[in-house]
Amino acid sequence: MLKQLLAIVLLPLIAALVVGLGGKLISRQWAHRLTIVGVATACILSINLAFGFASGQISVIEHTLYSWAKIGQLNLQVGFLIDSLTITMMVVVTFVSLMVHIYTIGYMKEDPGYQRFFAYISLFTFAMLSLVMSNNFLQLFFGWEAVGVVSYLLIGFWYKKPTAIVANLKAFLVNRVGDLGFLLGIAGVYMVFGTLDYSGVFQQVNSGFNDLEIVISDTAIWSATTFICIGLFIGAMGKSAQVPLHVWLPDSMEGPTPISALIHAATMVTAGVFMVARMSPLFELSEVALNVVLVIGATTALFMGFLGVIQNDIKRVVAYSTLSQLGYMVVALGASAYSVAVFHLVTHAFFKALLFLAAGSVIIAMHHEQDIRKMGNLKKYMPITYVTCLLGSLALIGTPFFSGFYSKEAIILAIENSQLTAATYAYWCVLLGVFFTALYSFRMFFLVFHTQERMDEHTRAHLKEPSMVVWIPLVLLAIPSVSISWFIAPQIISGEFFNVAIQVAKSHDVLSSISEMYQQPFALGLHAFITLPFWLAVSGVIVAYIFTVARPAWREQLNLKLNFINQVLRENYYFDKLYMNYFAAGGVAVGNKFWKWIDAGVIDNWIVNGSAKTVASISGQLRKIQSGYLYHYVLVMVVGLLAFLGWIYWRALHGTV
Amino acid sequence: MIEKLPLLSLSIWLPVLTGVLMLFVTGQKHKKTSHWIALIGAAATFAISLLLLSEFDSSSYYIQFIEDKVWLKSLDIHYALGIDGFSLPLIVLTSLMTLIVVISSWNNIKFRATHYLAGFLIMGGLMNGVFAATDSILFYVFWEAMLVPMFLIIGIWGGANRVYASLKFFIYTFFGSVFLLIALIYLAKQADSFDIFNMQQMVIDLEAQKLIFFAFLIAFAVKIPMWPVHTWLPDAHVQAPTGGSVILAAIMLKMGTYGFIRFMLPIVPDASMAYAGMMIVLSLIAIAYIGFVALAQEDMKKLVAYSSIAHMGFVTLGLFISFALLKQQQVDAAVMGIQGALVQTISHGFISGALFLCIGVLYDRMHSRNIADYGGVVNTMPKFAMFFMLFAMANAGLPGTSGFVGEFFVIIASLQVSFWIAIIAGLTLVLAAAYTLWMYKRVIFGDIANDKVASLNDLNGRELSVLIILALLVLFFGLYPSPLLEIMQPSVEHFIDCNLVSKLTPEGMCS
Repeated sequence: MLKQLLAIVLLPLIAALVVGLGGKLISRQWAHRLTIVGVATACILSINLAFGFASGQISVIEHTLYSWAKIGQLNLQVGFLIDSLTITMMVVVTFVSLMVHIYTIGYMKEDPGYQRFFAYISLFTFAMLSLVMSNNFLQLFFGWEAVGVVSYLLIGFWYKKPTAIVANLKAFLVNRVGDLGFLLGIAGVYMVFGTLDYSGVFQQVNSGFNDLEIVISDTAIWSATTFICIGLFIGAMGKSAQVPLHVWLPDSMEGPTPISALIHAATMVTAGVFMVARMSPLFELSEVALNVVLVIGATTALFMGFLGVIQNDIKRVVAYSTLSQLGYMVVALGASAYSVAVFHLVTHAFFKALLFLAAGSVIIAMHHEQDIRKMGNLKKYMPITYVTCLLGSLALIGTPFFSGFYSKEAIILAIENSQLTAATYAYWCVLLGVFFTALYSFRMFFLVFHTQERMDEHTRAHLKEPSMVVWIPLVLLAIPSVSISWFIAPQIISGEFFNVAIQVAKSHDVLSSISEMYQQPFALGLHAFITLPFWLAVSGVIVAYIFTVARPAWREQLNLKLNFINQVLRENYYFDKLYMNYFAAGGVAVGNKFWKWIDAGVIDNWIVNGSAKTVASISGQLRKIQSGYLYHYVLVMVVGLLAFLGWIYWRALHGTV
Repeated sequence: MIEKLPLLSLSIWLPVLTGVLMLFVTGQKHKKTSHWIALIGAAATFAISLLLLSEFDSSSYYIQFIEDKVWLKSLDIHYALGIDGFSLPLIVLTSLMTLIVVISSWNNIKFRATHYLAGFLIMGGLMNGVFAATDSILFYVFWEAMLVPMFLIIGIWGGANRVYASLKFFIYTFFGSVFLLIALIYLAKQADSFDIFNMQQMVIDLEAQKLIFFAFLIAFAVKIPMWPVHTWLPDAHVQAPTGGSVILAAIMLKMGTYGFIRFMLPIVPDASMAYAGMMIVLSLIAIAYIGFVALAQEDMKKLVAYSSIAHMGFVTLGLFISFALLKQQQVDAAVMGIQGALVQTISHGFISGALFLCIGVLYDRMHSRNIADYGGVVNTMPKFAMFFMLFAMANAGLPGTSGFVGEFFVIIASLQVSFWIAIIAGLTLVLAAAYTLWMYKRVIFGDIANDKVASLNDLNGRELSVLIILALLVLFFGLYPSPLLEIMQPSVEHFIDCNLVSKLTPEGMCS
């Protein structure tokens, strides 16, 4: 078993190192062959393991690899904790990664950085796996930062592009702000529980422990568990791009599309959601933290949905959609429906990876034109992309019987049942979000695949379905996007599948009342036709249809009428301006002032050189009687000595020594 | 047979004598010969340090490899050497970095290259002496003597403003040393011995402790350097040749740490405890304030120099936070703070050394340290870009690199004392990433900025080899710091049990 686990995590690493460091020794063919073999093996082994969990043959595997550091009672070890939650992530990560690897053969075939790209995505797979498979906070943090670095490298993959290298720096720094919270959360865990192993922490949570206090100020004294949860959640806000740390995700679209699918939709950005689900025993201890989670998630879900409606770059539409969907997952976490959050994470990984890859397929066909205003009627030229993208969009907006329907419906039902203070706000946000999800998704869909052709002649002449390596992953992702929920929804909602991996306090149980109806997925799908979310989605599609296909002129008129709102949305609620003009520019300005005024001004000019000048002027007189070359030091030494001795003498006089 | 060899003396005098020998081999004709002599001398010293490492008994805190000869009988000053878990890693680091500097300066010094290399060998030996001396006067002699080669290296082989920088360096550090000498003489009179370990087990009243504390502080704070006595470092780095910067950052700053742990904390623990608050505040200023200052730098070397000051802030924070933790009876966390400080000390040696080497690689080709003169270096130097990326990330404290370990321990230990200390220290996560990666972006990424960049050649074998060594070390201790921690663990525990106890009364002192 250990060998299998090591193979899963290490094969992608080895492939990445060989391809990455091999340089010109590794040809393009071998670059994709080696990395695909690595990730395919990891994927097959993970699926195999998942069947073991589903059939109940395996429950939990915990294994320590080596001791990273030992300090007093604290033993920091590197190891694996594999349970149903972990294996779910492992399957999603390796499967989507495999699809993206295959797709990349086609997408990047003309790129000079072909080998480097495969090395990076393979390295990413390793980092993500070590994050989810960890059995302790230290390794979690390692994986957490490692995926961040690979994301940084990949956003800046086209390093000649000025926007790309700003975007990757921004992504890394915004994530680092989140990581500061995360690290403090981990420090809090050590403070309260004296260990960083999950098992040690959860054991104490279940058997009772002494909560401590963290003094922030005289009036703000927090319980340590609340502190830990909020700290960890700030980390999740960075990685999973929650408001106000969401600003990096839209810009991350500067990277090549395959990684937008893999990293910035399906896997890395969901690491925050996974982490909070993993820490469910801790979050259950703090209703304050859960309320915070709810508010942040709900705000992200709705307000990022608004932004999706006004984007014209095909990838940015999908990116804002991702932000909004991550908000949905976070809402589920806040409602203590951790399993539902992970459920939505899984379905979203498939349909959003699909949508991104479909967008990539469109981008290839359009010769790297990404503006949807210059597309139109592509269904005629690219039928496979058209159908798969339609399936993905239907899953995203929660059409009954599609995978996304079951997970989104569960979120809405869960929040409806939640008793937390912020639950009402969150409920309205996610409900209204359904309308906007349908609106932005189908606005894009219609503008790209329907309506009249707006591209130039040259582009139109070359429009065609991309090669097989590109569309096969689309088809393979479309299958689970449609159907995965039929197989997993009943077990997930009933709590049977995640079992002990997720713990929910009795008073927070929002799922038991809906568990029964999830036992018959088909009946649930039928029932949906008389519910509000369904009709909200339908009206979203209709509105999108009116404004794009039926009456496109209305769009312009509406834009003019809503100019102010439009402006606010275009500026991303002014977050970017605030961060760039105040935080980034302000930081550099502060540094400059510190440096020029205090370091160079006061310390150097005034004190250091000032005393040197004084010495020099005195010594200028003394030079006449001695011609020593070392006068500088000697004088300083003598002066210093005298001052010191004088001070001692003075103190002795006053009887203090 | 190995046990019989005076390994410590060898580690000091072998490089010194090699260096002195080289001073006689001058002239262009013998340039090659002298380079090989330097390489063999440095390699042999490194081999000796590895022998020390393998023979060292890391299960005990005892001073090992003791050598003791009377040196000045009338004053009872001894030539006494010995090492424990604190000094051993520093000696290995010193020997390694000296070797790396010799390899990396192989043929990029044109002016009196032989003397340049001789300077580094002599300095390497003297620095080993600082870490190995157990007699305080012997320590002081090495401490002062090693300034001379560095002074000359900056003053002769430095940049345009080298004279100002070398004087500033010398005066600053020499100014501090004077107080150190006074304190040592006072202590020796009280202890009736110049032996450092005797000084550590001696009753001193609080008032005297406070005076000694400040004498030590001036000496060691300048070396580390702590804010506000840090302004010599950026100037020295900017003017120093690459090798000088490497040794300065990788080893010389560590003498400050070593001074704290060998002298200040154990000899005057009560004063250290009394001033711990002040020291913590100064450390936080170094981390946060200097982090901002680094952000504003336009010169790569200055930027890395400021970054060094910020990173050394974690060393002083880790050392002094342990006093606050001991007061709260949190011994484990105190061990963690000190271990963190020590790991940071070693790790910063690798990372800052590597960063200065990287800047040196660029400087050799472009003769500029100005960030604005670069842009798009990755296009012409992809291998270099990869290594620079790794070291930049290590500098930003990325988990999996050695740069993470020390900071992680110190921040975790800090939260046990105060939320505010932890969060201000934690700012480094954002600041270090910001200044390092912003520099990286401007220098490495982007389209080729100018013709000079377009004509750059990627790393040669010699440059590649030293960067590979450092890269492996950075990764090894990031992924597996345990071996390093194990060497230091007994010494740290002994340090807490015996050295940090109150010296106001004989009670609780270890003999």
